[in-house]
Formats: sequence, structure tokens, C-alpha cells
Amino acid sequence: MTRTTFDAIVIGGGLVGAAIGYGLQRQGLATLLLDEGDIAHRASRGNFGLIWVQSKGLGAPHYQRWTRGSAGEWPGLAEDLRTRTGIDVRRQQPGGVTFCLGEEEFEARAATMARMQEEAGNFGFEYRMIRAAEARDMLPGIGPAVTGVSWTPYDGHTSPLHLLRGLHAGFMGLGGTYLPNAGVTESNAAARDFTITAAGRRFNAPRVVLAAGLGNAALAPRFGLHAPVVPERGQILVTERAENILPMPTVSLRQTAEGSLMIGDSKEDAGPDTLTQSPDIMRAMARRAVLCFPWVAELNLVRAWSALRVMAPDGLPIYDQSGRFPGAFTANCHSGVTLAGAHANRLAPMVAAGALAPELSLFSARRFDVRTAA
Amino acid sequence: MFAQRPDSRPATVEVFVSDTALLVPEGASAAAAVMLAGLPAIRETPVSGAPRLPYCMMGICFDCLAEIDGVANRQACMVPVAPGMRIAPQHGARVARTGA
Repeated sequence: MTRTTFDAIVIGGGLVGAAIGYGLQRQGLATLLLDEGDIAHRASRGNFGLIWVQSKGLGAPHYQRWTRGSAGEWPGLAEDLRTRTGIDVRRQQPGGVTFCLGEEEFEARAATMARMQEEAGNFGFEYRMIRAAEARDMLPGIGPAVTGVSWTPYDGHTSPLHLLRGLHAGFMGLGGTYLPNAGVTESNAAARDFTITAAGRRFNAPRVVLAAGLGNAALAPRFGLHAPVVPERGQILVTERAENILPMPTVSLRQTAEGSLMIGDSKEDAGPDTLTQSPDIMRAMARRAVLCFPWVAELNLVRAWSALRVMAPDGLPIYDQSGRFPGAFTANCHSGVTLAGAHANRLAPMVAAGALAPELSLFSARRFDVRTAA
Repeated sequence: MFAQRPDSRPATVEVFVSDTALLVPEGASAAAAVMLAGLPAIRETPVSGAPRLPYCMMGICFDCLAEIDGVANRQACMVPVAPGMRIAPQHGARVARTGA
């Protein structure tokens, strides 16, 4: 690769950066995708793989809409990747459920879902609170502790690793330039004129997208941007493969296309530590899985890991264009899988056109600064 | 295809591989018994149906999955033999018993 001038440089080769890079390249922009390497936290290698809508955006209807929009873009994105690369990302969107154990959880969930629907207004939000007796017809072998489930038709899941591979292959197939082991060492920002040094070389572009996950916190100020993201650790347990039996994912348990059951949805503040796991949390996750589906207890666990979500203080994504250096954008979220559809099909065209749509204005990091929020 | 090393301990433990009785040394793994039995395969993979025999013999590759004493999907290389143990092929994916 001898080219040093591009139409756009995307910093971050995970799901967020790869989806945006793929979208930009598909728009005809010559794009450079810089990937730091395995020294990075690699949230995209550790995530659970849900395309999840039903619990996103309580109190933030713009996030609910953005998430729903992304779920709507997903079938097209998966088909597009399959056509271009031959990679099947194992997308399934049959709807999904959240389990309620005990009457209290059921009532609380019902109240949450009712409020989500209220906040959705004319946009609509289809859901049902389903009692255990009926849920037993939807899902096999539900335990007696289950009082019911909440269901929406919007949810689904995919293979996050195949998605990452598909986006990279799609990006490169379209002529995009991927540079691994290329952490940013130096940068110069001017309006629509950026110089980035990575892997010992200098690159120029009129657009730069910061999609470096937790790395954005340090990168953003160099471009007149603000990305106050911190890590939130999640742990995942994986069972041996079993015959496919679950017709839809739940928020904390899903069966992969290959048959493994994945158990997840833990949240803890463990700083940047992804090397350790906590037995008490693993135990709680396994216990809840067994309360939902007692037959899971017979399956062997074969793998477990932890990874770091990228969390803004309010848990919502951050999208911004720099006021000081127009052409520099941030993209941060903890749902790189769910939002891949929106990132590739909606956000990338906005970046290409040089302006974020008004629907994204509420995602600006200015919301964290009372002096500028007004 | 496989034979015991000449310095191997005496074969004293009787196990059944696919219902055929076989004597193996004490402390041997069920996977070793499978290979001594000379089966063409101990499992077929759930995804492509490809036939497999034990491979890594150290708990990593999962190619030795077998039904041992009625329990599906056990890593035969990690299970020491016991008198009367029944080792049977694992056909495809384990079926979770949902009781439904």
C-alpha cells in the first residue's frame, strides 16, 4: 500500500469502525481503516451477539428509535454482506424475550415496557407481557421459577465474529484499505484536513471518524471532541454444543447457529481488567440460566471470558461532529452488533455528506456539559 | 491402526467400546480405549457430519467426544477408564433433555 491520501480515515477496526468504514467505502469514499491491534480491549471479540431492541432507550426515545431503525437495517446489511463476501453472519431476528423470575420482576418489567410504549408515541412499540403458562408453548423446558416473559418482535441475534469478519471482508472487497497494528501515534487537526500518523506512516484525509471504543476518550480531545466513555465489564459463559432447541434469543441466554448456549448479561465495574473472571458472578449467571431453563444444568461449560463494554455516563451512544474541526466525527456505543445496521447504512452516509442528521443531535456529548447542553 | 507401547502397563480393566469388550491398562483414558478398539470414528460433527477420532488427547480439540456411561458429549481423553465403562459414539449434537 503506497497511498497516503484518502477521503476518510476511520480509527478503530472493531464492529463500529468496520461498519462505518464499510458504509463509507460503499458510498465510494476511499477509506483507510486503522486497527490498533490485539493490545486494544477488543470489545468486538468478546460480545454476546444480540441484535437487541426491547430494553434500549427507556427515558430516551431517540435511542429507542435509533436502535429500532438499526434492527430494521439488519436484514439488508446481512444480505448485502452475504452477496458481496459469501459470509453468512448467522442473523436471525425472530423476536426475543426477557425472563421474569418472581412476581415482582414481572410487575417491574411490565411497567418498564408500558413506559417504553408510552415514550415511543406515534412511532409505536409492539410488545407483550406473557405469563409462564403461555411462554411454555414458545420456549422449551421453562423452569417453575419463571413467572413470565416480555416479548417484542424486533429482537434477534447474530454471530459477532462472523459479522466482524464479514464487515472487514466487505470493506476490503470494495477497495477499502485496512491497516492492522496501526495505533495512532500522532495527529494534526484542521477543518476538513487531518493528518494521522500510524504504523510509522502519515496519512491525510478531509474526514476522520473516531471509532476506537474506550480509546476514544483519549483521542477525542485532539480533534476538538469529547468522549467520556468508561469500561463496564461483562462476563460470558459458553456451553458445549447441543442440538438446536431455542427458537429465539433471550436477553441473557441464546443458542448460536452452531448449537452452543451462551449465557451473559452481567455488568460490573472492574476497571480495565479483562484477564480475570469472578466466580461469584459466573455462579449467579449460571444459576439464573438454570432457573430459566433447568435443562441447561446438564450441559457442560466449555468456555468463559470477560470483555469491556464501552459506556458513556448515561449508557447511550455518542455521535458528534467536531465544531472546531469539522470533518472529525466520534462514534461510541456498547451495542456494536445491534447498531451495525445503522452505522453502515445510516451513519456512514451522514459522515460522507459531512453532516449528522438532526435525529442524532441528542447523542452529542454536549449533553454531558451543562454549559453547552442548552 | 493404533497399538499399545511395548512398555505399557498390563491391560487389566475391562471396558466396552461400542458394546465390544476390551482390556486396557489402569489409568488409561477412554479415548485411548477408543483408539485401541480400532473404531473408524468416535463421533460425527454436528455441523458438517464429518467423522472424527481422538486427536489432541489433552482436552483441547473436542474431537474425542463420546457417550460415556450414558452421558453425551464427554471428552473421552479427559475421562480415565473404570471397570465396566461403556463408551459409545457421539452422533451429531447432544440433545438437551428439556422434559418437554
